[in-house]
Amino acid sequence: MDYFLELFLGGLTRGSIYALIALGYTMVYGIIELINFAHGEIYMIGAFTALIVISVLTLMGMNGIAMLVIAGVVAVMYSSAYGYTVEKIAYKPLRNAPRLSALISAIGMSLFLQNYVLLAQTSDFLPFPNLIPDFEFMEPYAHIIGSTEIVILITTAIVMILLTILIKFTRIGKAMRATSQDKTMAMLVGINVNRVISVTFIVGSATAAIGGVLIASHVGMINFYVGFIAGIKAFVAAVLGGIGSVPGAVLGSFVLGWTESFATGYVSSDYEDVFAFLFLVLILIFRPAGILGRSEKNKV
Amino acid sequence: MEPVLKVQNLGMNFGGLRALDDLDLDVCKDEIVALIGPNGAGKTTFFNCITGIYPPTDGDVFIFARDRDMPERINGLKPNKVTEKGLARTFQNIRLFPSMTVLENVMIGRHCRMHAGVLGAVLKGRSTVMEEKKAVEDSYTILEKMGLAQFVDEFAKNLPYGAQRRLEIARAMATEPFLLLLDEPAAGMNPNETQELDELIKQIRDKEGISILLIEHDMKLVMSLSDRIFVVDYGKKIAQGTPEGKKSRRAPRKR
Amino acid sequence: MIKFDEIKRAVLVSIWFMFLTFPIMVIRVNPVEHIVEWRWKNMVLVGIGSFLLSFVWNYLMKRKELGSKEAEAGEETIKISLFHRALNEKKIYLPALVIFGIFTISFPFIFSMYQTTIMVTALIYVMLGLGLNIVVGLAGLLDLGYVAFYAVGAYSYALLNYHFGLSFWIALPIGGALGAIFGILLGFPVLRLRGDYLAIVTLGFGEIIRIILENWNEFSFGPSGIANIPRPPLFGMDLSVHGSTTYIYYIMIVLCVFTIFVVNRLQDSRIGRAWIALREDEIACQAMGIDKARTKLTAFSLGATWAGMAGVMFAAKTTFVNPASFTLWESIIVLCIVVLGGMGSIIGVIAGALVLVLTPEYLRAFSEYRMLAFGTLLVVMMIFRPGGIIPNVRRTYKFESVKNADKS
Repeated sequence: MDYFLELFLGGLTRGSIYALIALGYTMVYGIIELINFAHGEIYMIGAFTALIVISVLTLMGMNGIAMLVIAGVVAVMYSSAYGYTVEKIAYKPLRNAPRLSALISAIGMSLFLQNYVLLAQTSDFLPFPNLIPDFEFMEPYAHIIGSTEIVILITTAIVMILLTILIKFTRIGKAMRATSQDKTMAMLVGINVNRVISVTFIVGSATAAIGGVLIASHVGMINFYVGFIAGIKAFVAAVLGGIGSVPGAVLGSFVLGWTESFATGYVSSDYEDVFAFLFLVLILIFRPAGILGRSEKNKV
Repeated sequence: MEPVLKVQNLGMNFGGLRALDDLDLDVCKDEIVALIGPNGAGKTTFFNCITGIYPPTDGDVFIFARDRDMPERINGLKPNKVTEKGLARTFQNIRLFPSMTVLENVMIGRHCRMHAGVLGAVLKGRSTVMEEKKAVEDSYTILEKMGLAQFVDEFAKNLPYGAQRRLEIARAMATEPFLLLLDEPAAGMNPNETQELDELIKQIRDKEGISILLIEHDMKLVMSLSDRIFVVDYGKKIAQGTPEGKKSRRAPRKR
Repeated sequence: MIKFDEIKRAVLVSIWFMFLTFPIMVIRVNPVEHIVEWRWKNMVLVGIGSFLLSFVWNYLMKRKELGSKEAEAGEETIKISLFHRALNEKKIYLPALVIFGIFTISFPFIFSMYQTTIMVTALIYVMLGLGLNIVVGLAGLLDLGYVAFYAVGAYSYALLNYHFGLSFWIALPIGGALGAIFGILLGFPVLRLRGDYLAIVTLGFGEIIRIILENWNEFSFGPSGIANIPRPPLFGMDLSVHGSTTYIYYIMIVLCVFTIFVVNRLQDSRIGRAWIALREDEIACQAMGIDKARTKLTAFSLGATWAGMAGVMFAAKTTFVNPASFTLWESIIVLCIVVLGGMGSIIGVIAGALVLVLTPEYLRAFSEYRMLAFGTLLVVMMIFRPGGIIPNVRRTYKFESVKNADKS
């Protein structure tokens, strides 16, 4: 039973991280129907920025969780700035172009950012210090779940709640929902669509950066390529839940996290990704628009 | 009068919503039949059920093809099979192939009457070459009939609106139907264009011998064209008759 | 004349980029040894660079907007490129074709073996590109797992040769056929999916194949792969490495010509039209009597056939296969070839393959920067030349016979 619980919580943690990245995918997709291939790179840049800040602060004699918070804030700031800039350069000029062109542009951007970090920093794996202390009250459960995992779960929950509030109850959130339904109409009723799209990229990048810092603390190392792999997984999660749907992305991420966790725990870790993808294929065969996706019945 | 299409007790449920309920309708040879009713009455759903886009929940759709004596039940068939049987349709919101030329659009209609496969296409044997040539010529002939010959090499998306509507009819005719289903063919047309359309549809019936079932809101057009009219509301047939009989009655739906 | 506004803008842009690149360009950390290196020079470079690039960008953007306004005004709706005009002039294109042909044939004798090897790689990508062009360019099915069929081809030659000693010439059609079969196998479950859902499932399929190859040691020898795959024999002779490279080059040329021939014919056939109609509007396409399922499956399997054969060629060329050659990036590069070259355009795809494969190879001088440049190229191309290098032009038909009959 403990083993099951461990796998369950492990899956939940994984799922949380996927969710933080998947949100960016799904929000961007919901608004401009673009698979933002460079999103994984934004996440990677978040993690790198955090590492750089931590290293600098360590030299200045700081340590502990305060440093992690500062690093997290700076990472969020920079990732958002990158997300904003990437949209302005690579996607905005392609707003009315065929969707495949924008996708290729995104792939190009992804490649660019990866190599930019590779050249400016290093191709080696860098160790990322785990600054989350082991909480005392967690000790009895340490064999099931660690402190880092708890922090990940709580942070994810907070981010999700904030995001829901943003989308459901704020002015910009309403504008986002309107834009995702019909861009032209939104423009006609006076919504600044370009601004809405920018905000979407900024918010999506910020959550990705939070994910980047958390997963880097969890795994303990990063390199320029981590974004790509995590990005693909998160994208799978977003599609699994129904791309364009925010609750869908979260649910899809948890489902993916559990699938991987249980497949690894009970079957074999070699085929972890195979199970994830097979599961995706199965779900999409029975629900072609994902678990919570609006089934786009093309009106005739 | 011999029928070409006979629909019996047709019903369609979307979840709990009964979009079509116990509908009967028939179209006879060389007849123009109109289906009218308010928006959301289920007219387009009716078309979709007949042409195989949705399988109807209950009821039967029979066709009486030219070369067959026996009626043939077609519900549940895929749209492409229905078209092969000889029913062709147009769409309410124009659905052309925008980045194909006008001629190619019509040639797509010829597709199900052609046979060349992968091997034929690669080897380009005599029969394939002849078939292609004939398809081009046939398509061009149809375009001429529909008055679209001057647009032949234009992209479909660059055509004026009225011409796009006509191209949709041309494309449907290329499939050699015995019954043409037109979903609001005059929607968005000005009176002049509507007048032209009126004549065109009559010509299709008279010269090509194609029966026509159409959905239309332009009552002038309906009155001028149709031999019989069916009125649908809330998925039910509420009246049927000839244009003369219909005119005098008041609008049926109480709001 | 540069206006003050533009300078102000450029200054702002350069400040923004200096800020943006500050942590990653300026600071380099080594957490192991706790060293932090400050590279202020980079900041200056970024500042100056983005200041200048801002002008170039603005200029290009203005030109682009001008172009699209012209198109909207209908002044020149269909711009036929110089290239296509040349194609229609027999006087120009026949000699060009002859020169190109002579160049192609004499290539291995003019250039070194290294160059020939690179050219063979480029030609393999031409084949892959043309195959994927059927699926993506014509049928409009976004396939991100195309590399799976490439892997199927490569491994089928490697394994058939390893276990049964099958020769290259027998393996080539088998590889193609297996590719086609896998194409249909993948096609069935995804028939109902569209757009991005299709993309992600095909991506998953590609990854599944790769992971299986990596982990199923008894079958595929795992990550270490299969070595010592024989090169294609020439009448039983054992060629030197140099000789067989040249030989492979010629096989590739023949295969590419064959591919071009077949794809060209398919494109202008009944099936090719059905693919394009499917891409344009699935529902209307079905309502016009086209069997959607069959058309999709034909596209998948025909596309996969070329990938299978290209895979066999790849195995024969490198004499070694392992799963690392068949990653997602490979699929993406092939997709980029198709889109960059010009979707649906055969010449475009060939040009795309040559540019995408040869540019990084010849940029080896700046080898570190070539992937960076490659990424930039993709973005810039999509923004300023979205139709690809050589966009497709739809075929028009002639009607002498009918036109004489005139309208009645």
